[in-house]
Amino acid sequence: MAGHAEDTDIIIVRNVNKWYGDFHALKNVSLTVKRKEVVVIIGPSGSGKSTFIRTINRLEEHQSGEIIVDGIPLTHDVRNIEAIRMETGMVFQQFNLFPHLTVLQNITLAPIHVRKMKKKDAEERAMQLLERVGIPEQAHKYPGQLSGGQQQRVAIARALAMQPKIMLFDEPTSALDPEMIREVLEVMEELAESGMTMVVVTHEMGFAKGVADRIVFMDGGEIVEIGTPEHFFTDPQHDRTKLFLQQILK
Amino acid sequence: MTTEIRSTTWVNTDHPAPAQKPPVTEVGVIGWLRANLFSSVGNTILTLVTAVALYFIVTGLVRWVSGAFWQPVWENRKLFAVGLYPIAQMWQPAAVLLMVSALFGLSAGRWGSIMRNLGVGLAALLLLFAIIPIGAQAQLVMAAGLGLLLIGYIAGARVPIASRWLALAWVLSMPATFILLAGGLNLPALGVRWQFVPFVEVNLWGGLMLTMLLAVVGIALSFPIGVLLALGRRSKLPVIKWFCVGYIELIRGVPLITLLFMGMTMLPLFLPSGWGNPSLLVRAMTAITLFSAAYLAENVRGGLQAIPKGQYEAADALGLSAFDSLRFIILPQALTKVIPAIVGQFIGLFKDTSLASLVGLLELVAVGKAVIQQPEWLGTPGGIAREVYVFIAVVFFVFSYGMSFASRKLESKLGFGKRQ
Repeated sequence: MAGHAEDTDIIIVRNVNKWYGDFHALKNVSLTVKRKEVVVIIGPSGSGKSTFIRTINRLEEHQSGEIIVDGIPLTHDVRNIEAIRMETGMVFQQFNLFPHLTVLQNITLAPIHVRKMKKKDAEERAMQLLERVGIPEQAHKYPGQLSGGQQQRVAIARALAMQPKIMLFDEPTSALDPEMIREVLEVMEELAESGMTMVVVTHEMGFAKGVADRIVFMDGGEIVEIGTPEHFFTDPQHDRTKLFLQQILK
Repeated sequence: MTTEIRSTTWVNTDHPAPAQKPPVTEVGVIGWLRANLFSSVGNTILTLVTAVALYFIVTGLVRWVSGAFWQPVWENRKLFAVGLYPIAQMWQPAAVLLMVSALFGLSAGRWGSIMRNLGVGLAALLLLFAIIPIGAQAQLVMAAGLGLLLIGYIAGARVPIASRWLALAWVLSMPATFILLAGGLNLPALGVRWQFVPFVEVNLWGGLMLTMLLAVVGIALSFPIGVLLALGRRSKLPVIKWFCVGYIELIRGVPLITLLFMGMTMLPLFLPSGWGNPSLLVRAMTAITLFSAAYLAENVRGGLQAIPKGQYEAADALGLSAFDSLRFIILPQALTKVIPAIVGQFIGLFKDTSLASLVGLLELVAVGKAVIQQPEWLGTPGGIAREVYVFIAVVFFVFSYGMSFASRKLESKLGFGKRQ
């Protein structure tokens, strides 16, 4: 870690390509994310944004190109993959909580068995995280007994419990009722303010405008345009970006 | 409380409305009868026909049971219980019963839930046989078993025994049972021959005791093998995958009885020389275990397939190793989903142990056949087959239903709090 202290780039992606069979899902994608930066990825469905974010922690395998996370090259070596996964927390569209475990057990499982924390310490920390996401009273319930918004907040707490350096969000509000989107976005905003490095795939333009340091627009498996929120929303350069913004901001 | 809204804008000033009681419908006994038994003409006819049929079946059964000739079953109760096991060494099976009672008591106190249900069932059986005058010594053993069960229960509830020690005790109880029943350890392959009392050869073991041994060993061994086969079938390594597929399909394509006969005639061919001749019991257990494991693997595979991809991904994203992910995330969910199928499989295995009678083991059904052949009942009008087989059926039913009941309890406990 000390060796990378001055290194401000925490995620480096160079010329990554991915195919599903013959389908070219990611075309020469390159992107660098700095420490404490919030990068929001937007784009139409099928543009490869989810696939891209999932290659960063090897939920999807890329076939060519280079990915380096916190100085660790993402290779076929299982040790590297596990090291990267310990540094990156992920929040999914469908929450993916473990239904047979209580909220507390969901959060403490990985710290106990991966980080080898003591059960008591892990539980203490889990309760702090539940306070942070605003639902300490749900600790002993099962995921099935919670609302979607509460489940997603537990999922965020579960990812944070591993003390990751990077948080990946794959459409975290897309499966939520409109009334619950706000509570999840508020947790994410607080997380961004606290200095967490975040890569967020989302359709929430308000969040993108308010929280992102940079916005990445993808289409057809490629990055089309990267810009700060001001530039991106007021002065888009590429015609495809303009068309997309016209469609969604109409 | 508006019923008609014709204007284009309207605001419900009553919102939020207080919840109201449901309308009072017909309740009580009469209401239930009308709703469930006589709701329509067809339903009424069905009810009456069923009532008449039930009347004949029940009265016929009561008349037969009360007039039936139960003496052969009663006088052969020792044979039904333990087969030809020598009377002088009956304390050995008794010790096993006491050990199992104590373990059930401890587990029921420590773990509760399904163990408590099973413990209550065992306690009821022990109480029943402590009361029925089956013989002073046997009754005393039953009463002692009941006592140990209760003491174990209290101890298990009060003393925080580590679960792993209790689980270990259960695992060790299996070899302990065999050593106790055999009166020592006789493993010619390892050159071990040690006895603390005269050996009781396995061909003398029998009755319900043997049935239980076959079933428990079959269940306990086929479960882990079945889970491994199911996992192996999903392996990315072709050698493992094709071995498991081959094994499962081969075994499932063969009736158990052929496997039993093959075990009797062919098992020694597969064993290293010097392992001698495994006893009939070991051969039957091997066949039953291997058979059950193949079916179990398919049940478990069904459960594994029902686990959404997101569960694997969440476990991966958290950095859990493949083994931890299986152990904590995938298998608990997969097995919970297939409890009914697995227990159904175990009930099937329990009843299939009766096939062992065809290869010369004196389990419950074989004892029944032997009792029917006994010369002293030859002159009985109508024979005694009905009584003997009804008795055996009742014994099988009691244990099968016990398993089924426990499985439902387990399901509802593990299904707690789930929305799916």
